[in-house]
Amino acid sequence: MLIHDQSRTGRRATAQAPLDFPETTNIPEELRRRARAALPEVSELQVVRHYTRLSQKNFSIDTHFYPLGSCTMKYNPRACNSLAMLPGFLARHPLAPQSHSQGFMACLHDLQEILKQVTGMHAVSLAPSAGAQGEFAGVAMIRAYHQARGDHARTEILVPDAAHGTNPASAVMCGFKAREIPTGANGDVDLDALHAAVGPQTAGIMLTNPSTVGVFDRNIQAIARAVHAAGGLLYYDGANLNAILGKVRPGDMGFDVIHMNLHKTFSTPHGGGGPGAGPVGVSKRLEPFLPVPMVARDGDTYHWLTEQERPDSIGRLNAFGGNMGILLRAYVYARMLGREGMGRVAEFATLNANYLIVRLRAGGFEAAYPERRASHEFIITLKRENREFGVNAMDFAKRLLDYGYHAPTTYFPLLVPECLLIEPTESETKEELDGFVEAMMAIRREAQENPEKVRSAPHSLPVRRLDDVRAARHLDLAWKPTPREDAHERS
Amino acid sequence: MPFVPHTEDDISAMLETIGVTSIDTLFDEIPAELRIGELQAVPAAMAEMDIARLMQARARADGQPLCFIGAGAYDHHVPAAVWQIATRGEFYSAYTPYQAEASQGTLQVLYEFQSMMSALTGLDASNASLYDGASALAEAILMAARANRQTKSTRVLVPAALHPAYRRTVRSIVEPQGIELIEVPFDAKSGQTAIEQLDAAASEAEFAAVVINQPNFFGVLEAVDALTDWAHARKALAVAVVNPIALALLSPPGEWGARGADIACGEAQPLGMPLASGGPYAGFLCCRQDLVRQLPGRIVGRTVDLDGKPGFTLTLQAREQHIRRGKATSNICTNQGLLVTAATIHMALLGPEGLERVAAACHANTATLGRMLCEIPGIEPLFDGAVFHELALRLPAPANDLLCSLATHNVLGGFDLSRDYPELDPAILVCATELRTEEEMGVFRDTLAQSVERG
Repeated sequence: MLIHDQSRTGRRATAQAPLDFPETTNIPEELRRRARAALPEVSELQVVRHYTRLSQKNFSIDTHFYPLGSCTMKYNPRACNSLAMLPGFLARHPLAPQSHSQGFMACLHDLQEILKQVTGMHAVSLAPSAGAQGEFAGVAMIRAYHQARGDHARTEILVPDAAHGTNPASAVMCGFKAREIPTGANGDVDLDALHAAVGPQTAGIMLTNPSTVGVFDRNIQAIARAVHAAGGLLYYDGANLNAILGKVRPGDMGFDVIHMNLHKTFSTPHGGGGPGAGPVGVSKRLEPFLPVPMVARDGDTYHWLTEQERPDSIGRLNAFGGNMGILLRAYVYARMLGREGMGRVAEFATLNANYLIVRLRAGGFEAAYPERRASHEFIITLKRENREFGVNAMDFAKRLLDYGYHAPTTYFPLLVPECLLIEPTESETKEELDGFVEAMMAIRREAQENPEKVRSAPHSLPVRRLDDVRAARHLDLAWKPTPREDAHERS
Repeated sequence: MPFVPHTEDDISAMLETIGVTSIDTLFDEIPAELRIGELQAVPAAMAEMDIARLMQARARADGQPLCFIGAGAYDHHVPAAVWQIATRGEFYSAYTPYQAEASQGTLQVLYEFQSMMSALTGLDASNASLYDGASALAEAILMAARANRQTKSTRVLVPAALHPAYRRTVRSIVEPQGIELIEVPFDAKSGQTAIEQLDAAASEAEFAAVVINQPNFFGVLEAVDALTDWAHARKALAVAVVNPIALALLSPPGEWGARGADIACGEAQPLGMPLASGGPYAGFLCCRQDLVRQLPGRIVGRTVDLDGKPGFTLTLQAREQHIRRGKATSNICTNQGLLVTAATIHMALLGPEGLERVAAACHANTATLGRMLCEIPGIEPLFDGAVFHELALRLPAPANDLLCSLATHNVLGGFDLSRDYPELDPAILVCATELRTEEEMGVFRDTLAQSVERG
């Protein structure tokens, strides 16, 4: 039932609005709203009960294991939330003067410094609102760099076929053509294809390392040499930074620009789809182009760097400088990890992934890249299960929900058929991983004995499989009042 | 080890299962010369109680000044229930609802949000949010340029009386795609974007879109009906930028002019989001039904399951980057899900009358504040146009000096307009939401009067 269906004309949560209802006679008549908006009219208890009940229809990290590949669904420490929501931080206006911002700005400056250290980059801007906006900023900086040098022939960005969809989309948003590079049979980028593709038209290459097939590209230095020799720049997609945090730094691999997904590696909440935060780091030559604002430190005083101080900046990506509350959460997390904790993230994320793949293989599942070491994630392919039992990766994913596990990433990357991309993260216990293996094996047995049960899963959730085709063909995107309900004429 | 649960026994058992002797071996495919040691420049780990002490001290250090700045971020009452529910772990720590059956809570919230935004704006459809108001406008402009089949023009008219940070954001995001932004001046007397000036800027030309904001950056109410009709006469799509609280009082974009605005966007922050230094907020984007396939970002649709039971799912995903890659409507991959959850709960708690009461109180408070400040010699309204809940004031001394002086008394006295509009110097933009009391306004007036006197 929608909150709208509970609405009754004249009911409201009286305590939540001002008691005074002044006249607004100086608003010209022709600019006024004629009928009130058809928003629900409900009591406070109805609201609290409705949304509390809705929350209970969700899987979440706090309630379920979430081995979602390339998404890094690790524990979101509660302290990060409560400390980012201290009254002083919540009440601060984004345009408050620097005299009333030093505490907040100190957190941002510290975070910039920590991110520089863990990525090995020369400078960091925290401005991008999410990973995709970080990608946009990164590619825009590559564009600005070539333009500043008068090099207008570079029209292409190279993107491996295993890349996230955001990579080619970001390249296109910056006015480039995205050219795809194939992945070799061993999971590394196909070096011959890369050599054939790079040239004077190459603005840069966007890479995730470890890649989305769950292996560390061993030829990264050769790739960097090839792209740099052709005059292009290297972009690091930080989606999988969790795999190498404190172990290897993108700056040392030769990357010129990177974005980080703080909602992955730095454990800020996913919030049902956002907000994220996608800071960007750059090598020295791209530093002038970083998006604004940034925080600078002068002795004990922090001040903003804006368009005025940074005339070559690619500019502003949002009105007020980014998802500040998310940056505060990431900062608290980084301080709790400390220098000792950074490397442990990569170590235990990798230990958990390698343990899980070995156990799944022992249980009869097929790894997509069996000769490779798993990074923090790995792919299994269910093409055999699909062929033999007619049960595909989506069926497994849906059946896992019945067993109380969120599904792994399915059908991504597209180059592995019937794939599950599995990322357990460092915050899960061995017992949780063992339980997941048992569930996978149980589903496999079901697929053999009673495939229909798996094909029609889930069976225990608030709804069964939804009709996506109908959703797209008969669009119902908003509740609309029936004519009678629409009669909310102003009294 | 913070947030790593492994015991020594776990580690040995797991390594044995894997068949290696150390965790370090698991990194053996990484070229040895790339490996680093401990990051000495990163500070040492802190326990929760220690980081809490540091953060509390820093949050306190910024004080909680009396705030009369609006300028795109507004200090409204947020009901206690909003964030108590939004930060429930089931909302807070859930992923994007790609697995619809395990995400009906989030999906239904998004659908209800879309429904509420559609009702507020008077348009058919809404997406499930974008990063913030400014980036939502950039996406709205790109969308309009794609969707407008009446003209090949890539030129877009943007009022100078639009928020300066919005104009800068739009420029950074849309110019790489070949969109040409043309600024339209405002009338010095009324503060409105005047039709005559649009005509001067446009003559007979065609445009992909015309941006119309209500109220405009100066708080002034625009003649939106005429502007919308003017845009349509030039084959342009009318893109509205609106304040959702103001929409409780003001005519919805879907009803502007003869045909209504085509697209409406804006900042959802006033709907239950604390000021929080500028984010996370949420941008909203609504449109006419026939433009839905050009709408960027996530969209939730209502459908049925195998048993015919109603349910919700992400829909029209063929617009999006994870399916369409380089040909997607946008590169955007997230929405501001948690903020949308807060906004939805907020709108449900306020309801149509509550929102109207908030809007009316803001409007009245700003009028009161204006009267009180104009008692000070040399202070007067900059424009004579009607306003919603912000007011531009001419000052008798340099704005920056007065604002700094006020700040030393813990009063944030508004936004210095001279930074972005040197021709208006010295002037400030002030705002009094429903939270500002007459007593607080009195403090502002008295402090400002003293600062002016001291000159």
